[in-house]
Amino acid sequence: MADNSTFVYVTLIRTTPEKLWEALTRPEFMREYWKGMGIESEWKKGAPWKLVFSDGEVADGGEVIECEKPHRIVLKWRHEFRPEFKAEGDSLCTFEINPTKDKAVIMLKVTHEMNRPNSRFIAEGVSKGWPMVLSSLKSILETGKPLEFTICE
Amino acid sequence: MEMDLVFRALADRGRRHLLDRLREENGQTLSELCRGLDMTRQAVTKHLKILEDANLVVTKRQGREKLHFLNPVPIFDIADRWIGKFERGRLRALKDLKTRLEGETDGG
Repeated sequence: MADNSTFVYVTLIRTTPEKLWEALTRPEFMREYWKGMGIESEWKKGAPWKLVFSDGEVADGGEVIECEKPHRIVLKWRHEFRPEFKAEGDSLCTFEINPTKDKAVIMLKVTHEMNRPNSRFIAEGVSKGWPMVLSSLKSILETGKPLEFTICE
Repeated sequence: MEMDLVFRALADRGRRHLLDRLREENGQTLSELCRGLDMTRQAVTKHLKILEDANLVVTKRQGREKLHFLNPVPIFDIADRWIGKFERGRLRALKDLKTRLEGETDGG
């Protein structure tokens, strides 16, 4: 069965699991590669989290379902900013940090899925956001410079 | 190098077509991808392996099925290397114009 409400993204990054973990969980670090946006959370199972725009407005939020440093994060994800996306309800976002054959290269796999067919949030929001954010994350970890991109076009 | 793998994977019409198919409908099984294609199942498997090695296709197990997803992240990495910050808007406008004038075509 084709699955049109799931996206799976993978990026290979020349870094360590610990540095990648920091880049994914420290809002000050995130703001550098994610257009001033960062996720704030205590990063514990059951804790709330929110993704905040640079002006303080909340873009997305939810609950930490799993948090296993420095390997795996699962977030229950709810969009807060655009009403038509918010109305679709919760989605699930999983981050997996895996080693590769090359010891110096780490694989980050991000799976974002929603349990409903033809989700507009997944098709229009998630699919336009994650590839650029992950590319920018790779760039900052490998070169110290984020990617220049525009969000919400 | 990663980028060599990406360019090699993209340098084949059949493989680009497979990526187009996933873009239309993400998360397909091998059988779904083979449907209506002028390629043997073995050929599709081989092409998918090359696309996976280049990280342009990623898979996810769902029960007994293996679903294939288009992963555009390496293409963003390539674009970032040669496209400058201020060129993006203009390039998009040009591409929109070209698409409107020519209609949606693969170009090869």
